[in-house]
Amino acid sequence: MDKFGFAISQQRQIDFEANRRDIAEYISEKEPSFRVCIECGCCAATCTTGNFTPFSLRELLILLKRGENDKVRDNINKCMLCGKCTLVCPRGVNTRNVISLAREAFQDRIKNAV
Amino acid sequence: MKIEGKRAIWSEYQKEIADDKYYYVRSCIRQNFFPGSEVAFLKIMREELKKDVHEHPCHTTCSGIGYHGDVVPVETAMTVVARQFALMTEAGYTNYVPSCITSFGLYTEVLETWHHFPDVEQKVRQQLKKATGREFEVPKNLAHASDIIFKFRKEIAAKAKYKLINKNTGEPLKVVDHIGCHYAKMFPSKGVGGAEYPYVLAGMVEEWGGEVIDYPERRHCCGFGFRQYLVQANRGFSVACSKEKFESMQPFKPDMIITNCPGCPMFLDRWQYVINEMEGKRYGKDGEGIPVFTYEEVAGLILGYDPWDLGLQMHQTDCEPVLEKMGIDYNPDMKYEINGTITKVNSRVSLSI
Repeated sequence: MDKFGFAISQQRQIDFEANRRDIAEYISEKEPSFRVCIECGCCAATCTTGNFTPFSLRELLILLKRGENDKVRDNINKCMLCGKCTLVCPRGVNTRNVISLAREAFQDRIKNAV
Repeated sequence: MKIEGKRAIWSEYQKEIADDKYYYVRSCIRQNFFPGSEVAFLKIMREELKKDVHEHPCHTTCSGIGYHGDVVPVETAMTVVARQFALMTEAGYTNYVPSCITSFGLYTEVLETWHHFPDVEQKVRQQLKKATGREFEVPKNLAHASDIIFKFRKEIAAKAKYKLINKNTGEPLKVVDHIGCHYAKMFPSKGVGGAEYPYVLAGMVEEWGGEVIDYPERRHCCGFGFRQYLVQANRGFSVACSKEKFESMQPFKPDMIITNCPGCPMFLDRWQYVINEMEGKRYGKDGEGIPVFTYEEVAGLILGYDPWDLGLQMHQTDCEPVLEKMGIDYNPDMKYEINGTITKVNSRVSLSI
């Protein structure tokens, strides 16, 4: 960067073939309401953590569906599980349970798979 | 790569290329990047193929670089183009041959615009007359310089001293062809082979003994993209485009890259150095880079021209691995030896170019 005044931009292409959707499938199986999420962002708008940090539940849910698990794994524990997101969800997604299941999946079931 | 299928597609996209009496216009950036290429083109056309090629000393930039860099309005670009056509008309030529792909794209775009909107052409004619007093005829034939070399690829092959064959193994060299985006992506019918499968460079490579390799990002932009490079803060996108191409072609182990655009060889060549400096990665065999050539340089090499007279010492990625593979007789010590060249001139030994 210092030498040339710019850095090589990172790839923004989403490679669905390379991404692993194990976590998303595990969550959908245990919490079917995850499937009806329309990524409206009401959860992120009401999120206390999101108001004070760059944490965005909407972003994490999108990344989970795409199978881009690295950022989700690094950020999912910032959630305080207060459940306000569940109260405001217009689609009735049990977001609190989605987060719990994601944590469970990352920690136990598919720990070495992602 | 299913050659039969590609040939079927290529056959649908053929264009008329003039036989002789060319009005040649140079690129404004190419002479800085790879200065030997245009000289090599003129030598091949005039001395090897015995064609009439005219250059006008009053020719200027076509303004395409400013047009695509968003600093020159289209009407201004059209008037500059009209002036170039006026110079051609005054010189008595009708076959226009630009050296630059972006110029070719701009000329094609301007001619198409005038074809569909004759009132715009009349307006530009008036502007040119008012500004310079000149009048012009639209070229009867517009072909890029690589189209001309493509047309005469068999004649060049017949005079070839070397082939694109590895002299040690007897195998054809694996060549990546990279076509400038402005060649046929804007107007597919104006390029040999169309936009998806341009045949202009592939045809040369096949005729001269090499093997074209097909890889996933074959049609990806080299990364020049004008604003991507011209604005320093955006250069990360430019180098990322080249990097994507290199990573895509690397598994096919290419020996060399051949290009027909001013920007493409520049960036495919220079970005290899930058990626190596930034990330320590090189994409050729045994930690080397992949040498990048213009089509004139390749034509010059197979005709037996001295690599240093072709300007290969100006390349950032060393070209010697390809010279060794082809078995070209050259003197490595003369690579940067300006005094040697001067001695050659003074001793009245004619330069290859």
